[in-house]
Amino acid sequence: MKHDLVLRVVAKLFLPFILLFALYVQFHGDFGPGGGFQAGVMAAAAVMFYALIYGLPEARRVVPERIVEAMMALGVLLYLAVGIAGLVLGGNFLDYFVLAQDSVQGQHRGILWVEAGVAITVSGVMLKIFYMFTDRGQADE
Amino acid sequence: METLIINVLLVMMAVTVAVLARVRNLFSVIVLASVYSFLMATVLVALDAVDVAMTEAAVGAGISTVLLLGALSLCKGEEAKPLHRPWLPLALAVTCAGLLTYGAMGLPPFSDPQAPIHTHVAPTYLKEAVVKTSVPNVVTAVLASYRSFDTLGETIVVFTAGAGVVALLRRRRRPQRQEERS
Amino acid sequence: MNVLSHFGYVVVIFLMIAGLFIVIARGNLIKKLIGLGIFQTSVYLLYVKPGKLLGGTAPIVSEAFSVYSNPLPHVLILTAIVVGVATLALGLALVVRIRESYGSIEEDDILEQDHAAGDTSLSHS
Repeated sequence: MKHDLVLRVVAKLFLPFILLFALYVQFHGDFGPGGGFQAGVMAAAAVMFYALIYGLPEARRVVPERIVEAMMALGVLLYLAVGIAGLVLGGNFLDYFVLAQDSVQGQHRGILWVEAGVAITVSGVMLKIFYMFTDRGQADE
Repeated sequence: METLIINVLLVMMAVTVAVLARVRNLFSVIVLASVYSFLMATVLVALDAVDVAMTEAAVGAGISTVLLLGALSLCKGEEAKPLHRPWLPLALAVTCAGLLTYGAMGLPPFSDPQAPIHTHVAPTYLKEAVVKTSVPNVVTAVLASYRSFDTLGETIVVFTAGAGVVALLRRRRRPQRQEERS
Repeated sequence: MNVLSHFGYVVVIFLMIAGLFIVIARGNLIKKLIGLGIFQTSVYLLYVKPGKLLGGTAPIVSEAFSVYSNPLPHVLILTAIVVGVATLALGLALVVRIRESYGSIEEDDILEQDHAAGDTSLSHS
């Protein structure tokens, strides 16, 4: 599909808006519908869109496999780190009240980091599964 | 009016599934499944479940369709052949449907404020979530703070699925085909 | 009216049974996975529908509204949707591997090949 001029130009125009919308949904999840899962899936969809138009090797050059595999694990580790931070600072596991001086501010911080961890893991996993399925098909030819 | 919209959308979903069970071309089946997911997301918006609708549209209609099409391209699009006539599964399905409908008549009617679902924890969440966490979206507050363990488990499930797919579909240096044929 | 107030349950049960029928009566593995997905989706509807209150709004607290739909089923179903797609991804990876081993994704062909390959190790024992 990289020989089709219209698709190439439109893809390049759309991609920053898709990624921006994913970030908007992630951070605006406190005030409207949204949150980590939706944002992670949208970010992965943006890279999948790029891979469909420009080909898988090009997408692999932009988002390498090592980064995607690292993202899969980093999100879960971030979530667990927030939980352990609650333990270290004197509360229970995954206790957000102790994360800041003001307990409401602590809840805000806890929710922010936890949702970020979820988004990183979900986007990494969705993208990695896409890479695996497409790669299996390419190598069969 | 709202009830009418919801019921019409539900009937459309039922028709889509009835057609999906009969169609044999796998590509059409996957497209019908995507249509079904989109209708589901619309019904969820009509039911005021906006977070769930966004997730269903992104995950159900988006990612599921991509994965199914990817798997179909690897399995080279074979069509389902008709089996022996499915009288026994049909009889079993109708019996189950009858029993479930008989049981469902005892459930509370649609949009009943006195239903048990509205009396236990939910009013507490609605009143206290904004006060204690200052996050207006109660679903995010409950998901990330009140029920944070569930979300931790879910993130680990997603990670496990990714690791499982990597373990199943990873390529070795030598070609796989010769190993499996021998 | 009794029928109209329980119409949602009837449709949910129809979707559930249709998904179950596709799983047990169709032989193609990909179609079975799609039937499983339909079954799961009907359960989401079963959870979310009783939480809706006519005249209310989405559970995002603001001064303009006083009646909200129940947030608890939304949370549970969010988790269920993501777990459902994780299951689908693993199932499809297995289907791809089965296709590469047996050359077909029809249940009958696979069982035939298992029986024909000898009763030594592959068939149910």
